[in-house]
Amino acid sequence: MAPTRYLRSSASRDVNPDLDIERKTPSFDVEKLTTILDGGAENTRVRRAVEAVIHSDPVFSREDKYFLSQNESYEAAVKKAVHLKKMMHQMKWSWAGSECKYCNRALGGEVAFTLHNIFMESILALSTDEQTAKWIPLAENYRILGSYAQTELGHGTYIRGFETTATFNISTQEFVLNTPKISAMKWWPGDLGRSATHTVVFAQLYIKGKCYGVHPFIVQIRSLHDHSPAPGVTVGDIGPKMDFNHIDNGYLLLQDVRVPRENMLSRFCEVLADGTYVKRGSEKINYFNMIIIRVKMLSNEVVPTLMKACTIAIRYSVVRRQSELMPGDQEAKILDYQTQQQKLLPVLAIAYAFHFMNEYMNELFSKGYREIKQKNFDSLPELHAFSSGLKAIVTEHSTAGVETCRKACGGHGYSLLSGLPSLYTRLAASCTYEGENTVLLLQTARFLVKCLGAARSGQPVPPSVAYLSAVNSERCLVRDKRDLLQPDVYVEAYRHVAIRVLSSAAAKLQALVQSGAEQHEAWHQCTVQLVHAAKAHCHYHVVKSFAEAVEKLGQEAGIQRIMKHLCGLFALHGIFSNTGDFLHDGYISGDQVDMMTASYLDLLAIVRKDAVPLVDAFDFTDETLNSALGSYDGHVYRRLYQWARKSPSNTKQANQVYENYLKPLFQNGLSKL
Amino acid sequence: MNPDLRREREAAAFQSELLTHVLDGGAERTSRRREIEALVLNDPEFQHEDLNFLSRSQRYEVAIRKSALMVMKLREYGIADPDEIYWFKSICLGTCVGPLNLHFSMFTHTIENQGTVDQREKWLPLACGLQIIGTYAQTEMGHGTHLRGLETTATYDPATQEFILNSPTVTSIKWWPGGLGKTSNHAIVLAQLYTQGQCKGLHAFIVPIRQLGTHEPLPGITVGDIGPKFGYDEMDNGYLKMDNFRIPRENMLMKYAKVEPDGTYVKPLSDKLTYGTMVFIRSIIVGDSARSLSRACTIAIRYSAVRHQSELKPGEPEPQILDYQTQQYKLFPLLATAYAFHFVGAYMKETYLRITGDISEGDLSQLPELHALTAGLKAFTSWIANAGIEECRMACGGHGYSRCSGLPDIYVTFTPSCTYEGENTVMMLQTARFLVKCYAQVSSGQLVSGMVSYLNDLSGQRIQPQQVAARPTTVHINDPASLVEAYKVRASRLVEAAAKNLQGELNRRESKEDAWNRTSVDLVRASEAHCHYVVVKLFTAKLSEISDAAVRAIMTNLCLLYALHGISKHTGDFLQAGILTDAQVTQVYQHVKDLLAVIRPNAVALVDSFDFHDSHLGSVLGRYDGNIYENMFEWAKKSPLNKTEVHESFHKHLKPMQAKL
Repeated sequence: MAPTRYLRSSASRDVNPDLDIERKTPSFDVEKLTTILDGGAENTRVRRAVEAVIHSDPVFSREDKYFLSQNESYEAAVKKAVHLKKMMHQMKWSWAGSECKYCNRALGGEVAFTLHNIFMESILALSTDEQTAKWIPLAENYRILGSYAQTELGHGTYIRGFETTATFNISTQEFVLNTPKISAMKWWPGDLGRSATHTVVFAQLYIKGKCYGVHPFIVQIRSLHDHSPAPGVTVGDIGPKMDFNHIDNGYLLLQDVRVPRENMLSRFCEVLADGTYVKRGSEKINYFNMIIIRVKMLSNEVVPTLMKACTIAIRYSVVRRQSELMPGDQEAKILDYQTQQQKLLPVLAIAYAFHFMNEYMNELFSKGYREIKQKNFDSLPELHAFSSGLKAIVTEHSTAGVETCRKACGGHGYSLLSGLPSLYTRLAASCTYEGENTVLLLQTARFLVKCLGAARSGQPVPPSVAYLSAVNSERCLVRDKRDLLQPDVYVEAYRHVAIRVLSSAAAKLQALVQSGAEQHEAWHQCTVQLVHAAKAHCHYHVVKSFAEAVEKLGQEAGIQRIMKHLCGLFALHGIFSNTGDFLHDGYISGDQVDMMTASYLDLLAIVRKDAVPLVDAFDFTDETLNSALGSYDGHVYRRLYQWARKSPSNTKQANQVYENYLKPLFQNGLSKL
Repeated sequence: MNPDLRREREAAAFQSELLTHVLDGGAERTSRRREIEALVLNDPEFQHEDLNFLSRSQRYEVAIRKSALMVMKLREYGIADPDEIYWFKSICLGTCVGPLNLHFSMFTHTIENQGTVDQREKWLPLACGLQIIGTYAQTEMGHGTHLRGLETTATYDPATQEFILNSPTVTSIKWWPGGLGKTSNHAIVLAQLYTQGQCKGLHAFIVPIRQLGTHEPLPGITVGDIGPKFGYDEMDNGYLKMDNFRIPRENMLMKYAKVEPDGTYVKPLSDKLTYGTMVFIRSIIVGDSARSLSRACTIAIRYSAVRHQSELKPGEPEPQILDYQTQQYKLFPLLATAYAFHFVGAYMKETYLRITGDISEGDLSQLPELHALTAGLKAFTSWIANAGIEECRMACGGHGYSRCSGLPDIYVTFTPSCTYEGENTVMMLQTARFLVKCYAQVSSGQLVSGMVSYLNDLSGQRIQPQQVAARPTTVHINDPASLVEAYKVRASRLVEAAAKNLQGELNRRESKEDAWNRTSVDLVRASEAHCHYVVVKLFTAKLSEISDAAVRAIMTNLCLLYALHGISKHTGDFLQAGILTDAQVTQVYQHVKDLLAVIRPNAVALVDSFDFHDSHLGSVLGRYDGNIYENMFEWAKKSPLNKTEVHESFHKHLKPMQAKL
């Protein structure tokens, strides 16, 4: 990539006319939409200022990203992380502030030591004041580098199954940590393999032969002097992955590793000198912090990744021309094909839907946080259920959406230089980390079944499930395809399906119990249905929160209009892809399905016109996109050729293979064969 | 062997070996395949380091070494039968992609099929003796599936009796051909032929691109590797730019079209003949879909039988994750799909061989249907296998994300088949074009034959065609034959709906292309429904050919699972058309879950039957012996980051930082 100057206005750039023309007549104010997405003009200003600083610094260049080996990626990430710390120190940006968030956005997350922050957060959440006073300054000044070692080779989401042990030795006042078998090795934690000097290890606590469950311990794993592994510690990198090869996800094997009693993080439980186990306070607040990580992940990583993929695929689809729509005309832009619109525009609608969903969830969490600070934990089960289910469907749909974008770019989407494969491989991990999606959906389902029972017996239920108390409507009453674009019509349809699917799962569950099955067995028999119910519940909420967000955009008529179209597109695409759920009990008729399909296809053509302005509004810099196909100026082919020529495979020494293998083959070919 | 896997294998209700014979087409073929595989597996020369730890350039080197070795050994052993060559190659390359693949397939085949006798005599011995290595350069940076849009030109110069090849724009640069970047010294280049001032369309030319002896690009040729990709690390997919590059007239492949020395152009007799190669390659992709999905299922199901997690019953030991209904629901329909696609692949191959016989006798009548069928099935199977491989990977949780699982590699290697040899949506629309044509034929009173003959049922109801949808059918959800009927009615309904919508658009618009475009979402759905019907039909037809009762019983259940799961995913189509009632749909959901429980004890044996050797699976999670965790640890120790106990980044970056702050 030529070190493009950091420029935003299209007037000052040489833009491919096919892309330029798409920007001539947007139906709304693009800049205004950007500020809405950023949560205010001030945020947009700060973000752009941070991006300008980052992009003007050559150390942060991502130009050669696609050409690096695993070792080189790791080293580059460490180098950037070190440089970033220095810069943040100079600029007086805090690691919890919005600048830090924007740095991460500008860098595409390709920096090391991301777990160092989690290390600090977990100390703040789990330690006593004395422990915080000891460890946080060390970590803040990078005297030590931290990681967070929870997952084991044999256990992930199911925390109770962890096998690492920490046995209290009264005579030495130490915990002795052990990895009793191979499956108990810590496996996957980021920064653990090569970088970290310390880590928080989760282990089963044993005192006088009794197990007290999983607890956190700070363990030093490498020497602060020469970085060699501490005695009894075997640590290393777990090897190449689908992505995140800049991160040294690690393994950790502990053999009689001793840590002082003070190294158990003791805000909620403490082991006294005599071995007495003391529990204090409520761990619920800690629980809340875990959920917050999930919510932040959705708005800071998952949804922006989907937005980037949309930006690349949609810009490319107005530059790429293929085949004819009108005989004798120039070849058509591929975005003018209905099938291409049907691949990309629903994904664009999903990106916006999830953006507004996240905003709604963030509000819900701020409210919950205020209550929890006042020791009111009532909203916790709801927040937990809500965030679990949404994490699952947002990551699932976003991951699938990014891959749809990649495939919609045909062959060129397969080149790493398009940027799309990396977006996919980064996002694909999110379906399993921070809770495996199916497990999370079943947690949501458990909450829903409970609330349905409460609602039916007339007890009060939390707001997100209040709809379960209402009587379910029987029929969709629309007679004209235009009526299907009314938010109350489709929101109601989703609500109907959510109630029906949940009710039938609950009925099945009850029938099994009544016919003599044990509760856990009945639950097991119904899990496929329960997952379906949890998804329907979440889908309903996404549609509803999008429709409500659109309602609130009344001040901005142009933006409101296009957002309403996108909301309709999101909702109708969901119905179109899953008509059976809506037809099942005759809620909608076959004729209505045909109307709905017609309406849906009409919307594709409408949103098509604003497709490029809608992705421009995401306002990603070229450096952040790092894509030969998706740059703002649309000079796709030129850039693809320039970047390819820089590939290491085109250097002179790459011709060694010819000398070693091909030449002998050519020369001796016939005689040998 | 891991005790869980041993137990699973002992508990199966059928002999997995017998099912392997069904897949191979007989016990003799199974043993012959294993003999051939053993030649490679026992040969130390074929051993190499795990590709996951190598750089791209090292992987390329391994692949070249292996490809060259493979050619020598094939000759040494005198293996000549196409199937046997295929077995040998598959096990040789394992998870590797061969940079010489296009030389042996497209380069030589094209010369064989499109060269004159003289041309074949000149070029084939050179190609077979590997004195030259060639590739097939069709795709350009700006054009793929839409061949007419290709921009490379070959202009005939009668004065020197040469063609002058040019890449007139950036978009016309040849882009993607495998083996082009670094390996080949010749290429068959597809270019627009200009002679006597007129464009005569696309033709094939043999173009030398690198100097024999030095391997340097020839003057006027710019050639190189297109850079890193999602997968295919070992392949030097390349670019090629030509500037007034001259080749003799004889280098145009002239079996069909010709350019005389004075520049006179002689037209080919039929342009359908070149369909043959496309049909062949697309039918191979159907088989690849089956194999790739089978590999992914093997890994995911074995791992799920070894992995224990959480609890089903309070207080009891952690169960195998394969015991969870949700895990079964993810994996078993894919397992059934893998089997379905195997049988479809076998059918395509047979049909191709049968019809090529007709073609060589000049009978082209079956070609349109075969062409339409392969296009659609290529798209249908590759899309589903593509998504299925990823589902298998995600079903393995975090460990599926590690390269040691082998799953990322299967996915990135397979996924381009959704684009290459015809972009899938375009393929679906080609099938739709054929279906709409057949529908029109039926509407005008003519009968159609083959897989589309169900459209004939519409002819009796031309006056009130919507009755097709409302026609009462009694579907028996336990009977595969009845389910085939249900799929058939669904397909005919969707073909009819698409054809009518198209007619409606045609009545409203001037341009046929515009009307087609506005109906294309419907048309793709119709094609998908047609292909889905064909797959269910072929799977069902296979059941009666299985002689062993126990094998037939489990395959019948898999077939039912495939058909019913498909219905449960598309209930809207079946409900809207009145093929199934609400109550039946509820029964379908329940029956799918009942079948999961039936498959469960046989799951490991069912993947064992695919008979993939560990080295072919390339997966620590999918090992036959199930000893996963200890081998993951062994594998990880070899990671490039672990070469030294303290990584050099510590000295270069970390230590200075800690000193400064």
